[in-house]
Amino acid sequence: MSLPSDTWTAFTENEGWERLTQHVELSVVAIALATTIGVALGIACAKGGPIGSFGIAATGLIGRTVPTFAAMALVIAFTSIGFWPAAIGLTALGIPSVLLNVATGIRGAEPGAVEAARGMGLTPTQVLTRVELPLALPLAFTGLRTAAVMIVATAALAGAVGAGGLGVTIIAGLSNNQTDVLLAGAIPVTLLAVVAEVLVLTAQSLTTPKRLRRARRQAQLLGRGQ
Amino acid sequence: MAEGIDWDWIGRHTDDIATATIDHLQLVGAGVGLAVAVALPTAVALRNHPIGATIASSTATVLYTIPSLALFAFLIPVFGIGKTPAILGLAIYAVGVLLRNTVTGLRGVPAPVLEAARGMGLNRRQVLLKVELPLAVPAILTGIRLATIETVAIATIAAFVAGGGLGELILNNGIERNLFVTPIVAGTVIAVCMALTLDLALVGVQRIATPWSRRIAIRPDEARP
Repeated sequence: MSLPSDTWTAFTENEGWERLTQHVELSVVAIALATTIGVALGIACAKGGPIGSFGIAATGLIGRTVPTFAAMALVIAFTSIGFWPAAIGLTALGIPSVLLNVATGIRGAEPGAVEAARGMGLTPTQVLTRVELPLALPLAFTGLRTAAVMIVATAALAGAVGAGGLGVTIIAGLSNNQTDVLLAGAIPVTLLAVVAEVLVLTAQSLTTPKRLRRARRQAQLLGRGQ
Repeated sequence: MAEGIDWDWIGRHTDDIATATIDHLQLVGAGVGLAVAVALPTAVALRNHPIGATIASSTATVLYTIPSLALFAFLIPVFGIGKTPAILGLAIYAVGVLLRNTVTGLRGVPAPVLEAARGMGLNRRQVLLKVELPLAVPAILTGIRLATIETVAIATIAAFVAGGGLGELILNNGIERNLFVTPIVAGTVIAVCMALTLDLALVGVQRIATPWSRRIAIRPDEARP
């Protein structure tokens, strides 16, 4: 077994900080893009009638069955090696969970509240932005959390296809059979995933009024994704 | 790099592709099997505990937060490389879904039903075997289905720890040979087809096993991505 000090040495000797920074940059770009696109497509699918329903079903199926590693490898193989291809691949992987949860949240918005808003004379856009989206927020955050954790995790696999990040360290440790190098990649990746999860949870509780938090925490437990 | 599919390569490597596919199925079967063996008894033990559901759900959350490549990496110092760390890693992920679904299913059994069973003179063991478990079957099978689909996907990463399977086509034949597209596509297509087939098969099992539950199944996790 390796000592913590060995792992630390292996981390610094393997461009640890540089790869950590690459990993964070790659993840942040992908999470931001996946959130933006996922929310937009989620709204479109929720409002898109039967075509929207088909979109939701298809996204669910694709999101569940296409292995993330295979998807990354395909994107890189058909484009090129580098930061942006990896970022695009990771974005594509993050979109389904955001899209599905936003669409489910909007479609599941309390019909009474939506009726009341319409009755008060709100336009469809106002109903969406003032009633449906706020009600969909807890599920949307669940989707975002799933996407964020998944993107950080899959960014490690991007290391295998030359996109840099902490995956490079893990793979170096694997191929040279060096436990301390292996851990010098695996431990920071795990910590990053935990940080991503905690950050999204914090953002969620900051945007949720205090009295709603308890009720929403229960909803979130039920709707928790991957 | 973006060349088309090299059908010749596929023709020359049908044996390798078949081996990888069978290996993959074995990994999935062993991983999910081990997870069921661990999750079912644990869920039964947790079902009446006041914080049983919380324990099950937070275990699942914690397990999912660990990136798969890192999880396999953590297993290597203890178990070396090969099938053992691969199957263990897959089982650890599958335990999360199974535990949560089984606990939810067992706790979802209506209290009046339990009381009626006890009133009829059934002892705790009989209540568990004749009432609770049969009623939780839809939730348990849903858990097995989700765990299986997910394991088919995660098992592609087993190639990193020399665990074999379809990941070998993607990693060893594709990525490590200058991003040769054909094996990557082959591995992906087979993995997706395998997930879809197993999903359909398990939906069939679910229907046959629970003819009474088609309308009121407890399926907490159906909306997952």
